[in-house]
Amino acid sequence: MFNKNIYLILIISLVFSISFWIGFNVNLLPAEASINAPIYDELFKILFIIGLIIFIGMTIAVIYSLFKFRKRNNQIGDGIALEGNLSLEIVWTIIPSIIVLLIGLYSYNIYDRMGGMKELNHNHEMMSSNTEKIWAGISQTSDNAIATNNLSIEVSAMQFAFLFNYPKGNFISGELHVPVDQKVSMKMESKDVIHAFWVPEFRIKQDIIPGQPTILNFTPTKVGKYPIICAELCGPYHGGMRASIIVEEESDYKEWFNKNKKPEVNL
Amino acid sequence: MTISIDPQKTNNESLQPKGWLRYFSFSLDHKVIGIQYLVCGFLFYLIGGTLASAIRIELASPMSDFMPRDVYNQVLTLHGTIMIFLWIVPVVNGAFGNYLIPFYVGARDMAFPRLNAVAFWLIPPSGLMLVASYFVEGAAQAGWTAYPPLSITTPQSGQIIWILSVLLLGGSSIFGGINFIATIIKLRRPGLKLMQLPMYCWAMLGTSLLVVLSTPVLAGTLILLSFDIIANTGFFNPVLGGNVVVYQHLFWFYSHPAVYIMVLPAFGLVSEILPVHARKPLFGYTTMVFSIMGIVVLGLVVWAHHMFTSGTPPWMRLFFTIATAFIAVPTGIKFFNWVATLWGGKISINSAMLFSCGFIINFVFGGITGVALAQVPFDIHVHDTYFVVAHFHYIVYGGTVFIIFSSIYHWFPKVTGKMLNEKLGILHFIITFIGFNLCFAPQHWLGLNGMPRRVAEYDPQFQFVNQISSLGALLMAISTIPFLINVFLCVRNGKEAGDNPWNALTPEWLTSSPPPVENWEGEAPLVEEPYGYGKKFSAQK
Ligand code: HEM
Ligand SMILES: [Cu+2]
Ligand SMILES: [Cu+2]
Repeated sequence: MFNKNIYLILIISLVFSISFWIGFNVNLLPAEASINAPIYDELFKILFIIGLIIFIGMTIAVIYSLFKFRKRNNQIGDGIALEGNLSLEIVWTIIPSIIVLLIGLYSYNIYDRMGGMKELNHNHEMMSSNTEKIWAGISQTSDNAIATNNLSIEVSAMQFAFLFNYPKGNFISGELHVPVDQKVSMKMESKDVIHAFWVPEFRIKQDIIPGQPTILNFTPTKVGKYPIICAELCGPYHGGMRASIIVEEESDYKEWFNKNKKPEVNL
Repeated sequence: MTISIDPQKTNNESLQPKGWLRYFSFSLDHKVIGIQYLVCGFLFYLIGGTLASAIRIELASPMSDFMPRDVYNQVLTLHGTIMIFLWIVPVVNGAFGNYLIPFYVGARDMAFPRLNAVAFWLIPPSGLMLVASYFVEGAAQAGWTAYPPLSITTPQSGQIIWILSVLLLGGSSIFGGINFIATIIKLRRPGLKLMQLPMYCWAMLGTSLLVVLSTPVLAGTLILLSFDIIANTGFFNPVLGGNVVVYQHLFWFYSHPAVYIMVLPAFGLVSEILPVHARKPLFGYTTMVFSIMGIVVLGLVVWAHHMFTSGTPPWMRLFFTIATAFIAVPTGIKFFNWVATLWGGKISINSAMLFSCGFIINFVFGGITGVALAQVPFDIHVHDTYFVVAHFHYIVYGGTVFIIFSSIYHWFPKVTGKMLNEKLGILHFIITFIGFNLCFAPQHWLGLNGMPRRVAEYDPQFQFVNQISSLGALLMAISTIPFLINVFLCVRNGKEAGDNPWNALTPEWLTSSPPPVENWEGEAPLVEEPYGYGKKFSAQK
């Protein structure tokens, strides 16, 4: 009996250490390029480790049973007539419930830190008319004071392109340029079917829905060029509906902005 | 209301064709109908699998070069629709439900044999119609979800036929669901208590409740959608003031439970198979029953987790996160109980057992990614990407399809009186297991790193991983060959099975193989302990 417990403890600690090792050393995600990304990756890591523990544990249990309890040649008769074990069943109802609850609360906390729980309708600058219903995306900020300092951009999506309108400069661009470390507020409208705005390096995505503008706020943190991908089936060229977001230093951004700033539309 | 457990001979057996021709005729025998479901479903699986291969060939290179882009979307739509509505749902419900439920409740047929036959005979024509819609000018190409406005603006004839066929298939599953509920509740042999029923009955009771509650919502939604397309109404069309998000709510109110309509029966089947081959009682019968009902209730209130990026308000996201994650609890109980059923048994390592254990491992994996997807912040990044494709194939293929094969190996001797070859069966398992994991595991990485789903072309950096995935799909296609050879050889000169080759205790094994027309020569046996292994019952033999 004593020996058995030793083995059990040994195996459990092995499963835990392997899972933690993999969780911390295997990176499955692309670069982190927005304020959201490290927060997201923290949640990912936790879920990854818990998942590995459960998966490796269950797999070992199944494979072990197949070996250990397999019917040897010419063996007859049945296994033990064990129909249940109340305390065991209570244990494996309560433990998963607690884990699930903790994960839920933790991801609520993550979501809050990403700005997802904030009311977005106070954002006056984003509202073109007061009666219009605006649907919330992830936001970094929503207080009026800060919101007015945000860089605001209007996105329109259509089969099969994104267009970015910079209202302050009065021009439209096919490429999204934003300065690094500054909050960006986007109001997104679709001209035809549902599209989605996704930047994997930012860990954010929001559908662009015809008839219902959506907004999405984010803060890029790393200079570079990242893909913008349409993630909602929008027709034959859906796979080709891509654009780029260029995150640049404030000065480079200013230069680009001033070069494009025009009274008339520039494509 | 009383329904006799000995319905008058509605079958008029003398007029029925004999031998295998029986299976091609309009029969009222639940066993014949069950096999008809299975064979019909398998033929559609071969079509759906061929389409899947075409998709994976296209995706072996980053450019759209194997077929035009709109054809790709049509193939994708047809693949998803066929696999769900013509393979998994009819087989795990219709095929095994029809074959097994009357045995399990001790009845000679289903409660409504004619309705039962009608439910089956709706399937071949609507399936053929669906396939035919591909050849009509402009096949449906809005995905199996048919989100408007895309489904309203793409070629309309194909989309209309698609809707009509899904409606008929939905009707078929409602008829089936009503029949299962009536049979399980009303046709039980006197003396057989609910809590003595084999677990598959409970699974089918739960599933049928889901079918009856949610399928009509899908039907109503699709009818409104067809009005938008044909009659220019504006329920969902934003140009006419319609709301496209409402469609998503209604659609997922059915289609999320549909996932449980595909996996709950599989849970039931595996609960029948494991005890027999492990020679142990099913562990924790009562908690198993309650967890099924828990899954049914929770399954009905989690649909909006498919819509975390559709602009749902924050409170709604929170509710659906918690509710969804909690399904892991009853589901987890079932998995622990199955492993406990294996523990301390005398396990025969055969094809049925291996496919069931493969199911446990694959489904645990798919379940874990499912709990992750339930977390809003996690889902936002991977929604509509290959991560989701990987997750749901782990559930529907690694889970349900594995169990379908396990069940075929388990019940084949009962249906035909012949044993399948174990060597070929184990070969089938090994190739399927490797191919499946090779195909779908890498897709998690693809999704996390930026490959959206439903695309014919992708960023060249993903080519290598996509090729591994396509290789896995090739192995999966190859894996059907040993299976088909096995069935073919077995039908020609398989070993005689005898009535009860596994020495099992559930009622279907207590009659001849194949069973006679009314299931038993004399009275139906009263099986009070369907899992009484290790007790007096199995000591008898
Ligand atoms: C035979 C092995 C299978 C392979 C190789 C396979 C492969 C694929 C691929 C590559 C896609 C495209 C993913 C995308 O771009 O969104 C897909 C989609 C899909 N598959 Fe499978 N699949 C298989 C079996 C199944 C089964 C058994 C089901 C059962 C339900 C299924 C249901 C679906 C669905 C619902 C979709 C989504 C279709 C849509 O987006 O409209 N597949 N499959
Ligand atoms: Cu798009
Ligand atoms: Cu798209």
